Amino acid sequence: MEFPKDLRYTKDHEWARLRDGVVTVGVTAFAVEQLGDITLVDLPEVDSQAQAGEAFGTIESVKSVSDLFAPVDGKVTAVNDQLEDRPELVNESPYGDGWLVTIEVDGSDLESLLDAAAYTELVAQEQ
Amino acid sequence: MAKTTPLIDIHREAGARIVEFAGFMMPVQYSGLVDEHRTIRTSVGLFDVSHMGQIELTGAGAIQAGDRLVTNRVDKLHDGQVLYTPICYPDGGIVDDCLVYRIAADHALFVVNASNVDKDHRWIAEQTGDRCKVVNRSDDYALLALQGPRACDLLASITDDEVRSAPPFTFRRIRVGDIDCIASRTGYTGEDGFEISCAPAQAARLWAALMEAGAAHGIKPCGLGARDTLRLEVRLCLYGNDIDATTTPFEAGLGWTVKLKGEDFIGKEALRTQKKQGVARKLVCLEMRSRGIARHDHPICQPDADGSLGHQVGKVTSGTMSPTLNKAIAMGYVPLDLAEPSTPLVVDVRGKAVAAEVVAGPFYRRPGA
Repeated sequence: MEFPKDLRYTKDHEWARLRDGVVTVGVTAFAVEQLGDITLVDLPEVDSQAQAGEAFGTIESVKSVSDLFAPVDGKVTAVNDQLEDRPELVNESPYGDGWLVTIEVDGSDLESLLDAAAYTELVAQEQ
Repeated sequence: MAKTTPLIDIHREAGARIVEFAGFMMPVQYSGLVDEHRTIRTSVGLFDVSHMGQIELTGAGAIQAGDRLVTNRVDKLHDGQVLYTPICYPDGGIVDDCLVYRIAADHALFVVNASNVDKDHRWIAEQTGDRCKVVNRSDDYALLALQGPRACDLLASITDDEVRSAPPFTFRRIRVGDIDCIASRTGYTGEDGFEISCAPAQAARLWAALMEAGAAHGIKPCGLGARDTLRLEVRLCLYGNDIDATTTPFEAGLGWTVKLKGEDFIGKEALRTQKKQGVARKLVCLEMRSRGIARHDHPICQPDADGSLGHQVGKVTSGTMSPTLNKAIAMGYVPLDLAEPSTPLVVDVRGKAVAAEVVAGPFYRRPGA
């Protein structure tokens, strides 16, 4: 499985993209493969505070429930409302229309997160 | 070391996700739970359920012995008929639920849950004594379940034997090519379909024949995951979740399988008493009315005035997001006075109060059923 090289990753199988001080967060194709068909995504409120490493929501498949963890500190500026009616978007487009939240960060970067190569290595070890 | 069915290589080649279940490596999903579920509801799917158990009763006393073990009327079956029934303990609790096939006057077959095979064999052998011979023949059977509205057309296209007119809950010997099979018009999905047994050595060829002829019907291989969502939608119980040694058929809504006017059976007195006194709790169907998916073991509570979690009154036994209905559905035990349809309840879903409502089951009925 290949992972987009322009993204950063966490050990909790989430991806992050930083653009103009705002980080978009989602779950990786590997996470989606493990979870199966997504049936419900519970996201934080807009304007709530996210804390790196803390659970900020849940993602449920037919068979399981997993916590979502914020990859960075910051304020949640948007959540993907489309997932309310169409949680399957996460399966169909985990890096695109299946995005979960955006978090506004104050000057910090994503350097502490895994790059694509390191994440590929992590996934290989989990399999 | 977990066992495998004769089809393990086929499942691996098909890219199935394989997990251990009841001591067997089994396919949980292939293309995805929702896709497989919907395929069964709209065209046809094929399950490998060879892990299930087959316990044979033979001898002059076989039918009587079988009848004594279960609450339903094995003694009223003709050759070629199948019966769904619980097997009960003397106190009315459930040992397992199963299908009983009357093969002949001296030959009955119990098809039992994979998770209970050894327990059921021991129980049946102990309780039967020398009334007849009891043999665990599970290793001699492979079992495939072909389910969906196109199942009958598909099976009819690959056998010269008559299957279209087979009534539900009957079985017959058929040949698919040169493979001897027993096909019963039964299933665990709420759709039309057949459960087809053959010798383990023929199972791979039978699977291939069904998949090949099934291509024209849109067939897909389906795993245990889809099996669970399909059966829950039609209110079929799962042993270990909805029924177990602590639940009686009356509590579980299976009173229709308890024939108190028939011959004696293990648990009859206890069940007769319970019928007279009434049950204290009932297994009800629930639909979630606010956002959240109730799951096994989640507490069921009375709602406070503001809809938050009041005191606990029961527990969810099975729950999921229904792929056919696109709503969260569940079953659980609640006290009798909260069991009427429209009763509002709340489920404690990981600390969150999710509004639920008792509904009359089943959640889904296939068109024409």
